[in-house]
Amino acid sequence: MRAQSRIAFILLLTPLLLWLGLLILIPHIDMALISLRERISFGVYETSLLQYQKALTEPLYLRTFWRTAVMSVLATAITLLIAFPVAYYIAKMARGRLQQVLFMLCLIPFYVSELVRTFGWMILLRETGLISNLLQWAGLADQPVEMLYNDAAMMVGLVYTSMLFMVVPLVTTLESLDDSVVEAGYDLGGNGLSVLREIIIPHAMPGIVSGCIVVFMLSLGNYLTPTMLGGKDSLWFTEMIYNQFIVRSNWELGAAFGFMLLVLSSVIVWGMLRLTGRTLQETMG
Amino acid sequence: MTPDLACVDLVKRFDETTAVDNVSFSVPPGSFFSILGPSGCGKTTIMRMIAGFLDPTSGDIRIKGRSVLDTPPNKRPVNMVFQHLALFPMMTIAENIGYGLRRQKMPKDQIARKVDAALERIGLPGIGARKVDELSGGQKQRVAIARCMVLEPDVLLLDEPLGALDLKLREHMKVELKALQAAFDTTFVYITHDQSEALVMSDQIAVMNAGRFEQVGTGQDLYYRPETPFVAGFIGEANRWKGRIERAEGDVLQLRAETGLAIRATTAGGLAAGDRAEIFVRPESIRLAGSAGALSDVDNHLQGRVTSILFNGAASRVLVEDEAGETLEVTLPQSGEFASLQRGDTVHIGWGAAQASCFGGQG
Repeated sequence: MRAQSRIAFILLLTPLLLWLGLLILIPHIDMALISLRERISFGVYETSLLQYQKALTEPLYLRTFWRTAVMSVLATAITLLIAFPVAYYIAKMARGRLQQVLFMLCLIPFYVSELVRTFGWMILLRETGLISNLLQWAGLADQPVEMLYNDAAMMVGLVYTSMLFMVVPLVTTLESLDDSVVEAGYDLGGNGLSVLREIIIPHAMPGIVSGCIVVFMLSLGNYLTPTMLGGKDSLWFTEMIYNQFIVRSNWELGAAFGFMLLVLSSVIVWGMLRLTGRTLQETMG
Repeated sequence: MTPDLACVDLVKRFDETTAVDNVSFSVPPGSFFSILGPSGCGKTTIMRMIAGFLDPTSGDIRIKGRSVLDTPPNKRPVNMVFQHLALFPMMTIAENIGYGLRRQKMPKDQIARKVDAALERIGLPGIGARKVDELSGGQKQRVAIARCMVLEPDVLLLDEPLGALDLKLREHMKVELKALQAAFDTTFVYITHDQSEALVMSDQIAVMNAGRFEQVGTGQDLYYRPETPFVAGFIGEANRWKGRIERAEGDVLQLRAETGLAIRATTAGGLAAGDRAEIFVRPESIRLAGSAGALSDVDNHLQGRVTSILFNGAASRVLVEDEAGETLEVTLPQSGEFASLQRGDTVHIGWGAAQASCFGGQG
């Protein structure tokens, strides 16, 4: 019996260890090693910090790096602002069947691939697209309007893509809020704003933080949306990594970029947890 | 004196069902008023209308003589202790109690003083910095009351606040709630389905059934002089018989039960020979005796056999099967006289006509 449960434990643990080792640990160690070398000539490498020096001194790289960070934070904030009322409605105001239907509606867009969803936005927003034609027909515009390829279009795409990942944790935490606690908030003299600030938001904080972390990471690592909807100024850091690895075959610089992105997301997530006074265990478990 | 709280012809309908049906009552200042009824009788609906979470379909709610129908819940001079207390888990005890005062924009130092005074009053000084989940059930209870009382409401509403506590603590909290009410000298409106809570604490009790008030009165009124069969059956326990009235001489009646038993009883009036009626006799008003002679002076007298003894300390009962084959519950006196009573023994039981309440119509 003892031996059996031991075997079961090892069998269950093996996939996890394989996954951690093969897909996360080894590639990252290799990436770290690649990022720390300098190509002297064909097949000859030397260890150096040249790649990081390049990444941190070249204005385009640095600017893209910060822009990606700031835009991801912005996308996370906008997603939270839109998702919170939606989640509150689903969790606290909708009842029974309506609740299920609304929740399903949030999920349905994710039945198709991200690529197809992004094309959907292109159909709506492009020069010959639906909205442009509608504006012309209504007489609000006298020529085709191009709404694609700018930061706003990209932001719309990012928020749309991340919506579900914010709504789900928020609905879960808000559902656990006892209605009578909210009523008590009003009964003791609170108005909508103070009940929201003192009772609902503090209660929803675990959901807010975990939703924000997921959405921020998804936005930061997004490749499709910024490429398809963003303009030539909307260069995303993932695009630069792609360029270095695939277009320029400069694996050394690409690996350095990859590590910078990892550090950036770790620092911002850590900052977010510090700001809200939570630990990762509390938020995730 | 204007009552602290008055409800006038209060009606609440949800679609087809009438949850509260034309209820009127008034609560004098400083008294403890209970609404007692089975679950689903509409008592919580009344409470929520007074607090302002529901709008009545018609009727009026007045607090200190002023209608509050147009006042939102956060502006009403009533506060509510919720069934599961609804303390704010994200705040400390002091923050919980100070919540309402913060809403009134009271200066911080004044809030701190009031919170300390309130904690002192509920006998829990110095726990202000603790978290809600560090307190015991009884302590949470007191904090929930203090959280309302710092706002000095005209009326405090309590929605079955003892429901979540265990039996021993509930007994203790009954006494304590009554003492807190006296200490704060505020009008309490208490709703419960537990008759013992209502009887122990209240100055006035309204018994509610199916959206209506059956009877309003003191605990003694309800217990000794029930006006409706529902009250007679709901407050305390009762043996009941259904039958037809044979003779009526003023207040005293003779009823022939369906089992053939003749019972003498009293009524509040309005019953005549031939009416169908129901009789209620409490187990504790039935006398137990070893011989028929000891019961010669009482109106109703039966002989029976003990089928079971239900020992429950002071509330022990004997089940007696009479000659008609019906089982009666009789309280077992704890004076030692019947300590040797056993199953199968023959006993004589009897009760006076004044102890048997008779109601018409239910037959």
